[in-house]
Amino acid sequence: MEPRSRSFYVLSAFFALFLLFLYGPTITIAILSFQGPGGGLTFPMRGTSLHWFRDLFEQQAVGDIWGSFRRSFALGLMVMVTTVVLSVIGGLAFRKKFRGSSLLFYLIITSLVIPSILVSLGVGLIFSQSGLNVHWSTSGFGSQLTWTLPFGLLIMFAVFNRFDKSYEEAARDLGATSWQTLRHVVLPIIAPSLIGVALFGFTLSYDEFARTLLTSGSYNTLPLEIFGMTTNVTTPVLYALGTLTTVFSLVIIALFLCLALWSARRRARAGSDAGKGML
Amino acid sequence: MAGPIMAVLLFFLVLPIVMIIVVSFWRATEFSIIPAFVWENYEFLFGSNVTYRVFFNTFKYAAITWVFTLTIGFTVAYFLAFHVRSLTWQIVLFLLCTIPFWTSNIIRMISWIPFLGRNGIANSTLLSWGVIDEPLEWLLFSDFAVILAFVHLYTLFMVVPIFNTMMRIDKSLIEAARDAGASGAQILWNVIIPLTKPGIMIGTIFVVTLVMGDFITVRFMSGSQSANVGRLISNDIALLAYPSASATAVVLLLTVLIVIGILLRFVDIRKEL
Repeated sequence: MEPRSRSFYVLSAFFALFLLFLYGPTITIAILSFQGPGGGLTFPMRGTSLHWFRDLFEQQAVGDIWGSFRRSFALGLMVMVTTVVLSVIGGLAFRKKFRGSSLLFYLIITSLVIPSILVSLGVGLIFSQSGLNVHWSTSGFGSQLTWTLPFGLLIMFAVFNRFDKSYEEAARDLGATSWQTLRHVVLPIIAPSLIGVALFGFTLSYDEFARTLLTSGSYNTLPLEIFGMTTNVTTPVLYALGTLTTVFSLVIIALFLCLALWSARRRARAGSDAGKGML
Repeated sequence: MAGPIMAVLLFFLVLPIVMIIVVSFWRATEFSIIPAFVWENYEFLFGSNVTYRVFFNTFKYAAITWVFTLTIGFTVAYFLAFHVRSLTWQIVLFLLCTIPFWTSNIIRMISWIPFLGRNGIANSTLLSWGVIDEPLEWLLFSDFAVILAFVHLYTLFMVVPIFNTMMRIDKSLIEAARDAGASGAQILWNVIIPLTKPGIMIGTIFVVTLVMGDFITVRFMSGSQSANVGRLISNDIALLAYPSASATAVVLLLTVLIVIGILLRFVDIRKEL
């Protein structure tokens, strides 16, 4: 192997700085959320305590945080499941050309690039003009799908572009029906990527702000609640909440990554019996 | 089979756009909006100096953010793709770059407060080093903070597609260039950058549209002192002036679509997936 060039060390330092830039602020507020009861929004630390975390658990001290967390969690799961199912169906559909396929493709791209506030505004207007009530589980849910579906579909397109069709042909030659082929051949092969789609579906929904702004109705989701707090809460309780939901996101991400790793291992182990045949 | 997706996009994307276009011709009173077909919202929009300033501001944010995210994103992707040698490390470091994407943008914005505030880390460090005598006032709640937050939030959208295209570059091309006597800089300029262009274009599309459509970062990080088109729309919404908000939204959408249309001429997204 060649020795490391000088540019390697320069770039490593650059990369380290980039990571510091990415994570530094979040770590800072994590530290500051342990401020003592008299502490403010910046350093110095006035003692350390769990005061601000305790504040979060006190009923109605700072708005309806737990209610909004429950709503965000439920909405995240709804969006996740829908995104995974629709992305798989869509991914399968796009393997063949069909009428309107390029129109649909451009719609997906539009959905990705359209400013989020337009979706919020448009969906809000449709509901209000047709006399329906906006609610996080109807209008909010649909608006968020316009953000998560493009990600899910683009991942599925990438997956199916690399998919080896001979597996399906082999299954069909062995007499599998198309449902059996899908269930026992295609889905297990693409399972690790589906975990990725699910991760996108849940986290993008859980953190979405602009698309739910005008479509969630009178019950806020967590990001809306947090944003509301920024205008009237000036204590580290804001940081405590930020730290808590970031930790929650990190746990979810870790969970999905472990799941993906596990399913990739399982696929590697159980996917082929080549070489283990009748000896 | 594409039916369900078509249905979702028709109802939550196409129909809302149509609705916005329709409402942009409506009239508004203080309390309600009235169906009509008038051009007054557009006349007001194009007749106001604020509009042009705000659109200019929007493009300014997009351009500056683009330059920074591209430079940083390219460098990071280049390091990961060509200098990190084991696949495991590449995956680990790449994941480290992407994890913040799955956490809340709002909290990532909030987390700049202790850093940039008047008594924040940046000011106290600079003061203690003797670089400045008084705290800098323009760190938080300024254009500087807005751009910083954009770069912080969106550099990832450059790293991922650029890294993806770089990983697909056949390493033997680089060896061939080196055998032919090219220097490191020449390889970068004549081999790697041209082959990475599709990734750069996809990253550009993401960053430009996210910045142009943003309103919350500008509002929060500028402390409501700067405006872009998104804020113009959200201010109108707050005043319940939906027709006027819709007219601005239509113009913003057209602007974004034109920009994307131009960028898509340089890259075939379907081929790059």
